[in-house]
Amino acid sequence: MKARHIVPVRIYVGVFAALIVLAALTTGLAYVHMGIWNTVAALTIAIAKMLLVALFFMHMRYDKGLTRVVIIASLMWLAILIVFTASDEFTRHWSPIPSNWGPAISMQQKQ
Amino acid sequence: MPEIATNDHPGILEPHFESLEAQHDARKMGMWVFLATEVMFFGGLLTAYTLYRGLYFSGFAQGSHLLEVKWGALNTGVLILSSLTMALAVRSAQVGKSKLVTIGFLGITMLLGAMFLAIKFVLEWHHDYVEHLVPGISFGYAGPHAAHVQLFFCFYFFLTGLHALHLIIGIGILLVLSVMAWRGRFSSQYYSSLEVAGLYWHFVDIIWIFLFPLLYLIGGRS
Amino acid sequence: MSVDVAELSSRSRVHYLNESYGLKSWLLTTDHKRIALLYLFSITFMFLVGAGAAALMRIQLLEPYGAIVQPETYNKLFSIHGIIMVFFFLIPSIPAVLGNFLVPLMIGAKDVAFPKLNLLSWYIYVIGSLFTLYCVIFGGVDTGWTFYTPFSSTYSNTHVLAAALGIFITGFSSILTGLNFIVTIHRMRAPGMTWFRLPLFIWSMYATSIIFVLGTPVLAITLFLLTLERVLHVGIFDPAVGGDPLLFQHLFWFYSHPAVYIMVLPAMGVVSELIAAYSRKRIYGYPFVAFSSLAIAFISFLVWGHHMFVSGQSIYAGLVFSLMSFLVAIPSAIKVFNWTATLYKGSISYDAPMLYALGFIGLFTMGGLTGLFLASLATDVHLNGTYFIVAHFHYIMVGGSVMGFMGGIHFWWPKITGRLYPDKWARLAALIIFAGFNLTFFPQFMLGYLGMPRRYAVYPAQFQVLNVMSTAGATILGIGYLIPLIYLIWSIRYGPVAGPNPWRAKGLEWRTPSPPPKENFEETPIVTEEAYAYASMPAEKSGA
Repeated sequence: MKARHIVPVRIYVGVFAALIVLAALTTGLAYVHMGIWNTVAALTIAIAKMLLVALFFMHMRYDKGLTRVVIIASLMWLAILIVFTASDEFTRHWSPIPSNWGPAISMQQKQ
Repeated sequence: MPEIATNDHPGILEPHFESLEAQHDARKMGMWVFLATEVMFFGGLLTAYTLYRGLYFSGFAQGSHLLEVKWGALNTGVLILSSLTMALAVRSAQVGKSKLVTIGFLGITMLLGAMFLAIKFVLEWHHDYVEHLVPGISFGYAGPHAAHVQLFFCFYFFLTGLHALHLIIGIGILLVLSVMAWRGRFSSQYYSSLEVAGLYWHFVDIIWIFLFPLLYLIGGRS
Repeated sequence: MSVDVAELSSRSRVHYLNESYGLKSWLLTTDHKRIALLYLFSITFMFLVGAGAAALMRIQLLEPYGAIVQPETYNKLFSIHGIIMVFFFLIPSIPAVLGNFLVPLMIGAKDVAFPKLNLLSWYIYVIGSLFTLYCVIFGGVDTGWTFYTPFSSTYSNTHVLAAALGIFITGFSSILTGLNFIVTIHRMRAPGMTWFRLPLFIWSMYATSIIFVLGTPVLAITLFLLTLERVLHVGIFDPAVGGDPLLFQHLFWFYSHPAVYIMVLPAMGVVSELIAAYSRKRIYGYPFVAFSSLAIAFISFLVWGHHMFVSGQSIYAGLVFSLMSFLVAIPSAIKVFNWTATLYKGSISYDAPMLYALGFIGLFTMGGLTGLFLASLATDVHLNGTYFIVAHFHYIMVGGSVMGFMGGIHFWWPKITGRLYPDKWARLAALIIFAGFNLTFFPQFMLGYLGMPRRYAVYPAQFQVLNVMSTAGATILGIGYLIPLIYLIWSIRYGPVAGPNPWRAKGLEWRTPSPPPKENFEETPIVTEEAYAYASMPAEKSGA
């Protein structure tokens, strides 16, 4: 029988420690006012934590490629859902009519 | 070592599979595909959340500041630790440790899960109820952007509620597995149920890893 | 090949239908073949309920100001018709019946990867349909199958919750079926059954399963949000508190558009099998047909906004969705070209399943082409909300999917039951269905273009002639569906016994007795030839 990958305990504990550090980091950064970068930082750290859990605790690092395809596909589909929906919302009041066509024709009223 | 079910572990190889390894692979793949469906399930909520956070950022930030970071951060730590103990539980079966070790790790994982739920329901949700921050049941926020703060709390309760439901189901599954472990069902040859439950548990942890910054850490805090 | 009558007689041999008796052996079965039949009974029942609603609608529409039902009741009729036909008939039909029965057989496996989960899927379907039937019996729902907010979340006084919960629950049945198929197809193929030797039906089931797994959860959460909104009045979709009704539509159509491909992809898979078998030729361009299924599954998730062109969506989003909607037609067209090329110089026989397959190609093409008018932003402004849309989707759903389902049921009927159906009645019914279908829905294209709105109980008098034609067609269509219902049931008892391969078709499912034994194959088959290797069959040489 093919030997299954057995992850050493020290790797698990190391990943755990890294996750705790990242959690502390994200909490700490929340108290630093960085405007839009707060969100960017928080999401980046969250993605890093997700990768640590997925690669090591969930054995994605040691698994066949098919597992990665499933994960990447689901994240891609989620991205499609969020991006297309949000892009409708945030471009709804962009008018395609040039502003110098006059207020009667232009749709540039309040949004 | 024979791959087929032995007399010690009757009935663990189901008849439609060619081998234990095929069965193990299929079950793991099944759980990964299920987790993909869960990504989309939570994803629908997160899409709605993204939309409204983009539209009503100040209202959402205000709502977020009404949450206690310390409980969210503590809960994050609790779940991360529970993921470690879950991974160790699976590993203990993989390397053939005594069933008491596996049950021990499963037990600690369940306790940590219960601790998360206690903090969430008793310390956070109850507090929010007392403060009149529960939309639909008693919402009485008097500050600016009240409608948007209410929207924020809708998402707070829906997202953490759905997450908590998944956690409760997870604890139930671990309970069943603990009983199975007590009956000697697992060995270094056969531990796929544990591994598959582990995948589910880690996923619930990953959801929280995102929920914590998205709900508690909107906009800089002071 | 000598024929062993004793072996063929399904009365003396043990197979999946007679290996155990009693209600419990059916209700607790984990055999994918029995589960397929459980689904067949359930969806046929739901089809009849949905068809009943349609019949009442068509009777109401015989007169411009028909007095058969009140407008409020009419709203409930079209809602029930849509909900039941989409969620409780079309979406499960081919996957849950033919897919469940055939996927393990076609790949040489003993069962699906998770047989108990398969049974659970059926029970979940039944529970979901009970909620919906409760809704139907106790007053109905009037929001349309699309549940647009804020009407459904705030203003409707009908059983929205029961209907939404019914669909929510049944969604999990789909998700688990899709999960089961994906793992089965990946992990349980027989030795030698490589991906490119798989029947195209399997490729289409795989693509359908991807949509099940990635799309249905979004519908589930959307209906969940709708339920919360309706119960708690919290305002997620309510503009008065800053909510966005269009958010509901985005979330709803993110699933519901790919859902229409859930309904048509399996039928396309069936058509590939039928065209190959009844032209006695391998499908032309096999890799193209296989990959086009995957392409359809992927692109289908990028087009949902074409349902929202006139709802206030951003014009820029509309542009992108319009372009994507044109692109999604391409893989479907590729399939049609390849089927046609397969027919060319094929040795064609016009058995009933082939009539259904040929009907599919024609009607699906018409439905698909009319979809392009709707994908185009400017023409959609005129056609949206009219009977043009109704005709468009019925051409695909009924002229396409249902004909695919009927063709598949007939083709595999001998395998499933061990009996042959009466051939002449079958061909007659296929022709009646084709004629009735066109008479029902072609006038609706004209009605829509002329401006008759959909979902209205009354209409201006100038539209009456076309409406009467449509109702006449619907009557003929109904008769057309009734005929197979009768002879198929009749054949179970009185039809001639079928051998293992009455159509002399290729495919692993034909290498096992009819009906198959419980474990499908006496020994695991080993695959050495390509799919549809008809040229290698001895009886086919020199144009015989």
